[in-house]
Amino acid sequence: MKNSIGVELPENLMNQYHYQPFITTKLDYSEISRVAPVVRINTNQSKVVDSLIDLIKENVKDGMTISFHHHLREGDQIFNYVMQVIINLGIKDLTLAPSSLTNVMNEMVIKAIKAGTITNITSSGMRGTLGKAVSRGLLKNPVIFRSHGGRARAIATGKIKIDVAFLGVPNSDEMGNANGMSGKAVFGSMGYALIDARYANRVVLLTDNLVDYPNTPASINQTQVDYVVKVDQVGDPTKIGSGATRFTKDPKELKIAQMINEVIVSSPYFKEGFSFQTGSGGAALAVTRYLRQAMLKRKIKSSFALGGITNSTIELLNEGLVNKIMDVQDFDQIAATSMRDNKNQQEIDASWYADPFNKGAMVTKLDVVILSALQVDTSFNVNVLSGSDGIIRGAIGGHQDAATAKLTIISAPLTRGRIATIVPKMTSISTPGASVDVVVTEYGIAINPQRQDLISYISKIPGIPLYSINELAQKAVDIVGEAQLPEYFNRPVGLVEYRDGTLIDVINQVKI
Amino acid sequence: MEIKKTVIAGTLESSDIQITLSPATGDNLEIELESDVLNQFGNQIKKVITETLQKFQITKVHVKAIDQGALDCVIRARTITAVQRALGQTEPAWEEL
Amino acid sequence: MDASERLRRTMMFVPGNSPAMLKDAGIYGADSIMFDLEDAVSLTEKDAARTLVYESLQTIDYGEAEKVVRINSIDTPYYLDDVRVMVKAGIEVIRLAKTDTAEMIQQLAKDTTAAEKEFNQPVGSTKLMAAIESAKAVVNANKIAAASPRMMGIALSAEDYTTDLKTHRYPDGQELSYGRNVILHAARAAGICAFDTVFTNLDDEAGLIRETKLIHQLGFDGKSVINPRQIPIINQIYEPTQFEIEQAQEVITAINVAHEKGSGVIALNGQMVDRPVVMRAQRVMKLAIASNLVDEEGNYLEK
Repeated sequence: MKNSIGVELPENLMNQYHYQPFITTKLDYSEISRVAPVVRINTNQSKVVDSLIDLIKENVKDGMTISFHHHLREGDQIFNYVMQVIINLGIKDLTLAPSSLTNVMNEMVIKAIKAGTITNITSSGMRGTLGKAVSRGLLKNPVIFRSHGGRARAIATGKIKIDVAFLGVPNSDEMGNANGMSGKAVFGSMGYALIDARYANRVVLLTDNLVDYPNTPASINQTQVDYVVKVDQVGDPTKIGSGATRFTKDPKELKIAQMINEVIVSSPYFKEGFSFQTGSGGAALAVTRYLRQAMLKRKIKSSFALGGITNSTIELLNEGLVNKIMDVQDFDQIAATSMRDNKNQQEIDASWYADPFNKGAMVTKLDVVILSALQVDTSFNVNVLSGSDGIIRGAIGGHQDAATAKLTIISAPLTRGRIATIVPKMTSISTPGASVDVVVTEYGIAINPQRQDLISYISKIPGIPLYSINELAQKAVDIVGEAQLPEYFNRPVGLVEYRDGTLIDVINQVKI
Repeated sequence: MEIKKTVIAGTLESSDIQITLSPATGDNLEIELESDVLNQFGNQIKKVITETLQKFQITKVHVKAIDQGALDCVIRARTITAVQRALGQTEPAWEEL
Repeated sequence: MDASERLRRTMMFVPGNSPAMLKDAGIYGADSIMFDLEDAVSLTEKDAARTLVYESLQTIDYGEAEKVVRINSIDTPYYLDDVRVMVKAGIEVIRLAKTDTAEMIQQLAKDTTAAEKEFNQPVGSTKLMAAIESAKAVVNANKIAAASPRMMGIALSAEDYTTDLKTHRYPDGQELSYGRNVILHAARAAGICAFDTVFTNLDDEAGLIRETKLIHQLGFDGKSVINPRQIPIINQIYEPTQFEIEQAQEVITAINVAHEKGSGVIALNGQMVDRPVVMRAQRVMKLAIASNLVDEEGNYLEK
């Protein structure tokens, strides 16, 4: 069976996992049903427990699904702590369903897989040693990769049924009222964790900062929480995010950023009240600075900035150039603490941000988005999951979701070292080309031929070298030479879902 | 021709390749390659090194190459420099340039 | 295009022994790229850099940029091999470091001719440039600029020059004012280009803007650049204004009208247009196009 991108999908896998092939990026008006969690009625005066071991013994059983969030990024000290206890207790066959996996979790996940503790994983992505191990077949069952919106959809519709969610928070009171905006491990918006708090059967908060009851503002509130566990440290603040995200000095990234800016301001979307999302890549961040200059010059204000937020977005908010920030995640401490003080910086959960199966996510109102890519193919499909060697080293994140914006720009250097980014055939597909409009490289841009309107706008602008995507792919080969494609075993190690739950690609085990 | 001393050309910086030539242990060209892009370009890197050595009629040498994503032109340049250093040639290698 | 007509707002230094920078040098829109075999390369790596630049020039696409190489000075053992290898590589311009006298340029011209013959390049195709790096060189600037028909330009190199003057660089550039004016006049008198020195403090954008405005006002063709980030800043200062563009367009329209009439006299608003005005108008339009300020039909674009 083939999906609409032409990827051959194994019949047995489709049946086993009840998948439909990916057909379209468009959503219809069909009805879906949400599930509700099991609620254990609680009238305790305090939910604080001393023993994480007893808690886990009582609540985590073989075959269950457990979840974590990744807001603490590389500073996370909750995941390893909890997983070690679970491994020690000899619990088996768990499904691990975190919002994503960061490098700091890699060794523990590998250990848990080897111990038989974890036998299934669903995640936004994975990197480093874990990505390599999974790509080489460490896990028997394929990992299911879902976008942030896709995960919210899968949880709400019961595809992922979280039995126990372990959520690290930088503050909480004894009943489980908590937020991400203050404390040592401050990380700002907890947009991804809010879904777990709402749908998991058991919700365990872990905090190093017990505060007086009642704690406000409460992003997670006591009606959702079963236990509060005091730990020594939730996260290493220096690794959760930098103080302020630095403006790149890399001339190549700046060159790409300038070109992206030209594309945006030359497009019909750059007008009063436009909305945008930039992400956290070097070039994407730099675009914010250039956009600022263009907004000042043309006297244009933005209605909202969406997605992962950095201090450069906060500067725009404070300057009045952006009316609202709709904030699902913060990448630095300035952005994280700003949410506490600024009512125009609204915390939103992953569903509000990007879930395709609700009554309207923010991404449907999004005008302009800048996204990154490991690879782009000549049909404008984008890979953000696997490297040119076929090894998993990335995450879908909000890529598929935000790519539904009216102007989707992929920021991609034509080559990274000797690796070409624009290629005839990628190692996996994360986001369909149907939702991608412009690819910007340091050499020039390519516009998706389905957007003749954009081509007619932008081809009139001098100084933006316009190529066909095939020409860019050829240019890349001319520079780096022809790379050998990876060889695979006929054994799936990853299933890539589109945000609506259809199957967009299958990643096989690499022969290296 | 064989290489009788140990020489280095190139650096460990990004997009460079460090070529170390030393006397061979056997009777052939021996290439020991480290590269982040070994799977994608390993054969190509070895091919460029071998072809360049052949132009100098080097048949017996041990090559250790630490590649940081160098393009073919860099691999060729570093190999030429290494050979010239090993052979003590100071005049540019006009035939090979 | 006549070499003297070419825009040379920015000449970007690229260290000759750096593969990463050689790979990407073409993407930043520098008018000229200057591969450096001199100060950027340590004595032990002169052979490696020369070969690396040669190989890079064979395969890497540097687009529209003019390809210049800065070779080691005439009193070094690297000089002659630098000339020969770069001529074989088909370099467009050779820039001689530490040019103190016209004789040095004459020697270089002779060696270049020999190399062009040796490697079957058209004799005279390689242009030359002199780097003025001492008081003696400034004193000899007129002769240096006119030393050879191959001369394309002269450039101030302020680090060595200020040391020679027993001073150093100051933010206001007073110490360079004599040298700059001498170099500019020597260049103009010889009908070649004048380039200003590098601005080394990458984090001082205001300082770069101040210095570029000054040399733009003096009449320099452009400035040497040590980081691609400086290119758009300098280009912006060389951008003509909307008024200048519209004026230039009127002049050019008048030229076309005169051509159509078959008249040798160009008139605008009843006044005869002098040749310098025509030349300035043509240069303004060239700058306007390079600065992306006009569309295909020549209409001014609001940025």
